[in-house]
Amino acid sequence: MEKETIISARNLTKKFGHFTANDNLTFEVKKGEIFGFLGANGAGKTTAIRILCGLSSPTSGEVEVAGFDIYRETEKIKKNIGYMSQKFSLYEDLTILENIKLYAGIYGIGRKQRKTKESELLQKLELENVKNKLIGDLPLGWKQKLAFSVAIFHDPKIVFLDEPTGGVDPVTRRKFWDLIYEAANNGITVFVTTHYMDEAEYCDRVSIMNAGKIEALDTPAKLKEKYTATNMDEVFLKIAR
Amino acid sequence: MKQLKSFIKKEFFHIFRDPRTMLILFGIPVVQLLVFGTVIKSEIKDVHIAIYDQSKDETTKEITNKLLSSGYFILDENLNNLDGIDAIFRKGKVREVIVFENNFGQTLGKEGTAKMQLIADASDPNIAKLAISYTTAIVNDYIRKLYPEMQLPMQITPEVRMYFNEEMKSAYMFVPGVMALILMLISAMMTSISITREKELGTMEILLVSPLRPVQIIVGKVLPYLLLSIANAFIIVLIGHFVFSVPVNGSFILLMLETILFILMALCLGILISTAAKNQMTAMFISMIGLMLPTILLSGFIFPIENMPVVLQYFSHIMPARYFITIVRTIMLKGTGIFFIWKETAVLIAMTLFFIAVSVRKFKIRLE
Repeated sequence: MEKETIISARNLTKKFGHFTANDNLTFEVKKGEIFGFLGANGAGKTTAIRILCGLSSPTSGEVEVAGFDIYRETEKIKKNIGYMSQKFSLYEDLTILENIKLYAGIYGIGRKQRKTKESELLQKLELENVKNKLIGDLPLGWKQKLAFSVAIFHDPKIVFLDEPTGGVDPVTRRKFWDLIYEAANNGITVFVTTHYMDEAEYCDRVSIMNAGKIEALDTPAKLKEKYTATNMDEVFLKIAR
Repeated sequence: MKQLKSFIKKEFFHIFRDPRTMLILFGIPVVQLLVFGTVIKSEIKDVHIAIYDQSKDETTKEITNKLLSSGYFILDENLNNLDGIDAIFRKGKVREVIVFENNFGQTLGKEGTAKMQLIADASDPNIAKLAISYTTAIVNDYIRKLYPEMQLPMQITPEVRMYFNEEMKSAYMFVPGVMALILMLISAMMTSISITREKELGTMEILLVSPLRPVQIIVGKVLPYLLLSIANAFIIVLIGHFVFSVPVNGSFILLMLETILFILMALCLGILISTAAKNQMTAMFISMIGLMLPTILLSGFIFPIENMPVVLQYFSHIMPARYFITIVRTIMLKGTGIFFIWKETAVLIAMTLFFIAVSVRKFKIRLE
């Protein structure tokens, strides 16, 4: 059975003056999928993700996120998505607990529900003993895991991750991906940009961008077959060249 | 509502956990007020003088005593010849030399007129002018008492009264000015910095992606600073009253309402700055140079607007502080009500609305 489409973009184009950051992007993301958005720096990944989140509006094209139109129903989209940017997105001068409370408040989560979810989360990330510590004092790997957990705290339909694992060692990155799998198993669609090719292998489907265009879009296995490559790194190099 | 509450709570955490913010919020106002209070003076005190008394009679001694007991002057040296004057000024301590001519008292008694010379160190023209006029006043006062019947023909003796500030206290001038300056600084600078900080750290994106509406973000950013600025205004009025004995002759409630209006105006200006500035440093520089200096120089705080070149006079019309200072002076010193300051109030309201309109528009554009 064909799965439900949760993000669809048709001829999405974004121009900054004469520079075309996104050139006629057309793709669909299915519900519950881990969708990888790959490309070198400056390929237009961040621009695309910002448009899908409502941070920026496209120059032309049709885009629907979580069943809502990106031009007219931004407010509805916002309630249904989570976002984690490449910059660290929690407040360093607030404690772990205060950060959680803040986001719960912003997303209108009730006190009771917050308490249950909060203790689950702290237990899962083994942060119970440090919950009253300032975020600024935590190691980067912990911060990023926490930032991800906070981004999906309100059970969004889709979570957008913009290079979430930048600057983190491979072991921590692997652990971070365990969290992503868990979220996907719980039915959250994951839209992730990255330039680490090993991460591309973890995705259900990947699209590879180059100079504002989508050059390839398929499962990692099929892409490797098509480009006769042993890993995604080779696929990427063949396409980018 | 709940969304906004958690957002505002977070703002207060930011403020109370950052020592620098706390210092700017509560340290600077008090220090600034006390510094301005003791530094800006239009009255003189303990000016060092030297006297070359060639007469050394009853009258000159009495005049000398009068001068020294006035509290304005301290005698540094008695000179014996004119040659010492130059040298004593060069040393820099003595600001005024008083010379009595030979047979001062005798001549005065006989001819009704005698000569004394006042020489002042005008490298600081303000002090020189003040010292001379204080000395003249004291001497005239003494002569008048000595020979009450001896009125020169056609002499006009003006009786001067300084309305609303009988003692010409400079505190009356600077307390409203410092109030405007501090409120402007805190409200505009702190909001613009706190908004640009979120932009710099990347947390602003998270807020914009969240269901929080831009208006809620703005209100959440502004409200904490509004409350703290009102607290600051209270502190300034209290210090002004109890340390510098500046009265509040008019309605205290009206004063506070006008203050809140001015704070709102400055907060909106802060938001506007934050939409233009990319990072905290830029925001700080714009606030400092764009707001603080013009506020000090062009608002009539220290330098009277009427004495400025015409171009700058026009420029001073766009200084919000100018109107606020007039309002505060009118309420605190003259004790009059809203009927006398409605024009200034209207200007401030118009400015506030203008800044709100522009910044809300700009804030939305940034969402693009």
